[in-house]
Amino acid sequence: MDFIPVLKEGLPYVFKGTWVTLVVVAGALAVGLSIGLPLAVGTVYGPRWLRRLIDLYVWFFRGVPLLVLLFLFYFGIFPFLGLDLSAFVVAVIVLGCISGAYQSQILRGAILSVPEGQMKAARAVGMSDLQAIGLIILPQALRLAIPGWSNEYAILLKDSAVTYALGVAEIMARAHHVASRTYQHLPIYISAGVLFMGLTYVGTRLLAVLHKKVRIKGYA
Amino acid sequence: MIPDELFFLYRDLAPALIRGAAVSVRLILPSAVLGFACGVLAGSCRVYGFSLLRWAAEAYVAVFRGFPLLVQLYIWYFGMPRLGLYLTPYEAAVLGFTLCSGAYHSEYIRGALLSIKRGQILAAQAIGMSRLQTLRHIILPQAVRRALPGCGNEWIYLIKYSSLAYMVTCIELTGEGKIVASSTFKYTEVFAAVGFVYLLFVTLATWILKGLEKRLTLPGFEFHRV
Repeated sequence: MDFIPVLKEGLPYVFKGTWVTLVVVAGALAVGLSIGLPLAVGTVYGPRWLRRLIDLYVWFFRGVPLLVLLFLFYFGIFPFLGLDLSAFVVAVIVLGCISGAYQSQILRGAILSVPEGQMKAARAVGMSDLQAIGLIILPQALRLAIPGWSNEYAILLKDSAVTYALGVAEIMARAHHVASRTYQHLPIYISAGVLFMGLTYVGTRLLAVLHKKVRIKGYA
Repeated sequence: MIPDELFFLYRDLAPALIRGAAVSVRLILPSAVLGFACGVLAGSCRVYGFSLLRWAAEAYVAVFRGFPLLVQLYIWYFGMPRLGLYLTPYEAAVLGFTLCSGAYHSEYIRGALLSIKRGQILAAQAIGMSRLQTLRHIILPQAVRRALPGCGNEWIYLIKYSSLAYMVTCIELTGEGKIVASSTFKYTEVFAAVGFVYLLFVTLATWILKGLEKRLTLPGFEFHRV
């Protein structure tokens, strides 16, 4: 039971990392959505060359491990381009690019599951392609994508622990600080894991509520 | 410049990548097999087990899907010595990958087992099959085919997550890359090359899995991906 005083003193410090973790995850989700949405529209409605290009993007960011991408961008590409970005910013960008690849697939599925007649009807009442996509297809597709999106949140939350490798002061990094100073690795890391589980639970619950809130009657 | 670059590639990078890739493969293959076995066990317990077993399997899945893999690896490698369990980095990584991917596999196995209609089991009983025969000849052949796309994805995730072994000082592909990069400062080139090797692995695995799925398809029992 010698670990209890350490937990009492160390855990508040670890828990403060929650904000960093949540900001990284929220930022990555936002970056991912702003990449994934145009990519999804592009794969469904775009010309052949654009689809090829998007496939290439998705193949790359889904095929290379997060840790390798973090190292590649943080130590390699960004300094090479003369950009001096903090670990935090790089973490958000890299996680966002990866999430964008995955989100494009989620949203593509959602767009394809909107009945075809919707597009035809929109065109029949004289909407342009862009109007039809923006006003008719996407409002339905985005609602359908929320469950997939909540999976993406859970995955990003857990992957965000890896950004500790760059020194982002999130939960995992702080847990490591405390653990390596006090040698209480087991209780500290278990607490960190439980915290991640709690955050996953709360986040997916909130998204489930959102899913219910934005539902339009008559559209299952 | 170009001969210099070639020299670097020939002398530093290529041997390191080959060494690292070999370690990565030795991490991935046992974890893939053991993880799948773990998933089949946990998945069957969740569907067919009696209440205590089912409860234990559910708890296992909840914890191992809920904790980030990195935290799990740290618990095995840095945390377990407190309980007297001293693992080498390699052992800790394989154990961590196996148990984590087992939890995810069990989800797909469970879904596949549940998707087999009750009528199939009743029909098997009606023609006099024993429980084991039903499992062997009726349930498993269908369930494995339905679980394959999901489990295949999990294996591909495993290839990528094997890079986290570096964080518990198991020097595999990423670790070898990091060593070469920090001694030569050629981060972009080295990690682009490392990324390319992973892409190769992932693409190869995707092809193999697609081929396997195609080969295993039974006419009339196609499983449609959403």
